[in-house]
Amino acid sequence: MIASELTIGMHSEAGAFAQDKDKARQMRLERILPALKNGRTVILDFEKVDATTQSFVHALISDVLRQYGPDVLERLLFKNCNEVVRAVIEIVVDYMQKPPPVPPNGNGLH
Amino acid sequence: MQISLPNSAFLGNIDAFLRSFDPSDPGRLRITFNPNWVSVHPIAISMTASLGLHMKGQKKEIICDTALAKSKNYLERMGLFALLGARQKIKLQEHEPAGRFIPLTVIKGQDELEKFIEDLVPLLHTTPSQAEAIKYTVSELVRNVIEHAKSPVGAVVCAQFFKKTSRVSIGVADVGVGIRETIGASYAVKSDGEAIKLALVPGVTGTTARPGGTEANAGAGLFFIKSIAQANRNFFVLYSGDSMYKLLKTPAQTRINLHADPEDDRHSFLEGLPYWQGTAVGVDISVADSQNFVELLNLIRKVYRLDVREKISQKYKKARFI
Repeated sequence: MIASELTIGMHSEAGAFAQDKDKARQMRLERILPALKNGRTVILDFEKVDATTQSFVHALISDVLRQYGPDVLERLLFKNCNEVVRAVIEIVVDYMQKPPPVPPNGNGLH
Repeated sequence: MQISLPNSAFLGNIDAFLRSFDPSDPGRLRITFNPNWVSVHPIAISMTASLGLHMKGQKKEIICDTALAKSKNYLERMGLFALLGARQKIKLQEHEPAGRFIPLTVIKGQDELEKFIEDLVPLLHTTPSQAEAIKYTVSELVRNVIEHAKSPVGAVVCAQFFKKTSRVSIGVADVGVGIRETIGASYAVKSDGEAIKLALVPGVTGTTARPGGTEANAGAGLFFIKSIAQANRNFFVLYSGDSMYKLLKTPAQTRINLHADPEDDRHSFLEGLPYWQGTAVGVDISVADSQNFVELLNLIRKVYRLDVREKISQKYKKARFI
């Protein structure tokens, strides 16, 4: 029987300063997205993680939010986050639900 | 080419140093020093080293003048002469006051970056909480180089702690493709200056023209670093191609307001500078106890903050912390 929850220990995967985007991407592709696809709840446990970067958290969850929409936050949970980690996660979760500011030269696209 | 380390070149007065750089005659590099005193920001040392390493890699001539100033010891301890293979007659004292620094380090991959960050805190003698902004800054800047710059010498980094002002100065330089080419892959930019300003806007990345970036890049890194400097009322300099954007210090009595558009910040901007093939970043960060990294992140969040209407919409969800 498949457990309904998957807990991923961030410290063991990415260390006390979680900044390696490659590892974040790997976790997203190999563990988070498949678990969500199977209907499981994913708990990202940041115990012993002192700090993280926006680019790490972005690589970890932005595409999850993009694929599933904000409702995925009902079953993508964040555990044992200190203030720094929590603040970074909140920034990424916020900007993934809001169009970014318009660049100075309009949309500037090719 | 010639690069001249002057009497003084910190972020506040870095313009003269940048203007003195001579990129002509790319077949050889001459490095000169002010004869009386050399006191420079790590960005100047990182730029000199990255250029020298690039020349060495291409087996081109490097002429490193004899440094006469007593402060040449500082450059020696930073590892400049060793990195360039330039011999200088220097006898180092064991315990010099300027001991809190990160010598020049070349970083080409994630493993080297991880090791560098691990060693960073004890070398600077800061507390772990003071080091958060520093680790964050170095990690994001170097990662940018590894991912986007295509720099043949990688990222060249060094840092210095100034006890009197409780400030850490960081310099990261590369000799890669530069910001214009990186941003130009997705945005129609007409100049280096335009590309630099775009690169500072959150949500703009050269990896896609889609606002908000890709699953790998949010286009927020440089905006965060600029914000860290601004929240600390310090300088931030971004130099690439012929242009430089400099965030000026926010005066003590002025409220800190972070802006998504770099034009809205108190800044100076120069075009037509000697052409730097690559990118150089200089940033100062205060490490006084009063500086709180969480408060800073909350300030940054305000730039992205959803307005009330967006928040009460049924679609908006908060992250759930358990």
